Amino acid sequence: MSAVGTTAGAGVGDLAIETRALTKRFGQQTAVDAIDLAVPLGSVFGFLGPNGSGKTTSIRVMLGLAAATSGEVSLLGEPMPGRLSRVLPQVGALVEGPAFYPFLSGAANLRRLDSADRAAPSGTRRTRVARALDRVGLTNAAGKKVSAYSLGMKQRLGIANALLMPRRLLVLDEPTNGLDPQGTREVRALVRSLADEGTTVFVSSHLLAEVEHVCTHAAIMSAGRLVAQGTLDALRAGESRVRVRTPDAAAAIRVLADAGLSAAPEPTPGDRGDARSTDPWVSASLEVPSSGRVAPPQPGNSSAPGQLAAAPEVLVAALVAAGVRVRGFEVQNTSLEDRFVALTGEGFDVVR
Amino acid sequence: MSDNPSASGAGRPGAAQPATASSDLSAAAQIETRAARPGGAWALLVSELTVLFRRRRTWALLLALAAVPVLIAVAVRLSASTPQPGRGPPFLDQVTQNGLFVAVTGLIVSIPLFLPLTVGVVAGDTIAGEAGLGTLRYLLVAPAGRVWLLVVKYVGAAVFCLAATVTVVTAGVLAGLALFPVGPLTLLSGDTISLAESFGRALLIAGYVTVSLLGLSAIGLFFSTLTVVPVGAMAATIVLSVVAQVLDSLPQLDWLHPWLFSHYWLDFADLLRQPIDASSFGANALLQGGYLLIFGALAYGRFATKDILS
Repeated sequence: MSAVGTTAGAGVGDLAIETRALTKRFGQQTAVDAIDLAVPLGSVFGFLGPNGSGKTTSIRVMLGLAAATSGEVSLLGEPMPGRLSRVLPQVGALVEGPAFYPFLSGAANLRRLDSADRAAPSGTRRTRVARALDRVGLTNAAGKKVSAYSLGMKQRLGIANALLMPRRLLVLDEPTNGLDPQGTREVRALVRSLADEGTTVFVSSHLLAEVEHVCTHAAIMSAGRLVAQGTLDALRAGESRVRVRTPDAAAAIRVLADAGLSAAPEPTPGDRGDARSTDPWVSASLEVPSSGRVAPPQPGNSSAPGQLAAAPEVLVAALVAAGVRVRGFEVQNTSLEDRFVALTGEGFDVVR
Repeated sequence: MSDNPSASGAGRPGAAQPATASSDLSAAAQIETRAARPGGAWALLVSELTVLFRRRRTWALLLALAAVPVLIAVAVRLSASTPQPGRGPPFLDQVTQNGLFVAVTGLIVSIPLFLPLTVGVVAGDTIAGEAGLGTLRYLLVAPAGRVWLLVVKYVGAAVFCLAATVTVVTAGVLAGLALFPVGPLTLLSGDTISLAESFGRALLIAGYVTVSLLGLSAIGLFFSTLTVVPVGAMAATIVLSVVAQVLDSLPQLDWLHPWLFSHYWLDFADLLRQPIDASSFGANALLQGGYLLIFGALAYGRFATKDILS
C-alpha cells in the first residue's frame, strides 16, 4: 500500500484531475497540445472550447480510453492509466454522448453497464438502477427499449449511468446536448446537488451559459491548447475595462496614465446621429498590466487575477479634479462569452 | 482487493487535512460497497450471456440453424424415392432407417457454411459491435478491464458455438423422432448401440463440432478488434472460413492441410465407431487450441493498447 499516492508535485492531493503537458497526436495532427489542467477537488469545473478543440480527446485520454502521446494524467491523485482499475470505479462518466444497446430497455442497459464495474455490488444493482433512473426522471420510461428513446432521454440515461455508484468525480461531456430547456435546467440542478454532496464535477461544453450557470472553475481550450484556466470570477474579471467619454481625450489619457493605466483613444464610432456621440471614447484595461495577458494556469493562485489597478470611483475623481469633462464613464466587465471569443476566435470555421 | 477501503485516503498525501465531504462520502460509499459484496468480475460474464441470448438476432441465427435438419427430414420424408447410398450428403440414405441420422446429416450439411456463418456473425460482432454502438467506451470506463472484456467476449462466442451445434443436433433428433422410425443405432463399425447411448453419441458429436469452431471464434474475435464496423469483421471471418475449406480441398496444398482450422471439421465420424476413436478429436482440439492461442494473443496485442475513439 505504501507505494500508492507517491505522485510527485505539491498539492496533488487537492486535485481531482491533473494533467501535465498532456499531448495527444493522431499522425501529423496534434489534437491535444501540452495541456496542464488542474481541477480542484470539490469544484464544478467547466471545460470550454469550440467544436474540435480537443475537449473530448482530452477526456478520452484522462479516462484511459486513449493513450497519451506524451505527458501525464492523474485522477483523484492516482496516475492514469496505471491505476485505472482502482480509480475508475470512483469516476462516473458521460463521454461524447450517450451510447446504449438499442434492443435493451433503459433499465436493462444500466444493469448491463453496471455489471461491468467489478466494484458494483450485484445485490443492490436493481435498487441502484432504479434510483439513478429516478434521479434523471426516467422512471416511467425504464422498461422501454432505448431504440424508442428520444435524444434527450438517451442523454438522461447517459447521466443516470454515471450516477449508478457513489462517485468522487463525475466527467460529463456535453451533458445538456439534445436536452430541451427544461431538461437543461434539470441537469444544472442535478450538477449543483451533486456538487453539494461533495462530488467534483467536470463538465465539458461549448455552451457558455451552461458553464456560467453552474461552474465554479473553468478552462478554455482552443485548437488543442489550453488558453485559460481558473475560477470563473477570475476568468470573467480578467479583462475589466474602464471607458471614459470626453472631448478632452489627451488630458484623460494623461490622468489615467498617472493612475497606472495605459489608456488609448478608441476609434471614432462615426456618425450615429447623436451629436454627443462624436465625443471620443478613451478606454483602458483596469487590470494590473503585469497580468494583462491570460496567465498560464496556476492552480494555486487562481483567484489572484482581477486585481484592479485603481478603483473606478478614484479614477472619476481624478479625472474631474484634472478638469476633464467626463460625459460618460463605464466599467466593462467582460462576460465569459467575450472572453471565450477573444481567446478562441470568432466565426464558424473549425480551426483544424 | 483487501486494501480497497483505504484507497481514497492513501491516494491523497494530504488526507490529514480536514476531511472534505467528498472523502467522507467516498469512504461511506466504499464501506457500503464492501458490505454489499462487489459483484466481481463474473457479473459481466453473466450479463454478456444474458444480452447475447436475449437478442432477437441470436434467436434468428439459431432458428435458421434448426431449420436445416428439419428441412432435410421433411424433404426426405416427402420424396417418393428413398435416397440412394452415395448420393447427397453422407448418411442421408440412413435417415429413413433411423431418424437419429437426421441430426448427423444436419450437422454435415451445416458445417461448411451455415455454422461458420452464424459463428462469424457472433464472433465478428464481439468487440466491433460494442465499438459500433459506442458502448465499448462505457464498458471500459466502468471499468470492465480490457483483458477481461476480451475473455468474456470470447467465452460468449464459445457458448454460442455450443448453442448452435446443440440446436442443430436437437432439431435433427426431434425431426427424426417425429418423421422416421427411431431405434437402436447401427454404428459405422457395425456395432449396435442402444437409443440412450445414441443420444449420448449425438451430444458427443455436438461437442466435437463446438470444439471445431473455437479456432474460428478466436479469429473472429481478433478481426473484431480491428474495426468499429461489425459487418466488416463478420464478413472477414466468414470469408476466411470459406477460403480455408477451399484450400483444404486442393491436393496441391497437402502440406498446408493439417494447419487449416477447418481441416478436421468433418472428421467426427470416428465418434460413430465402437470403441470411440479419440485421435481425430485430440488432433482437432490441439489445432483449435493453437488457433485460440495465436489469435487470442493477436487480439490481446491489438486491443490492450488500442485507442478507443468510437
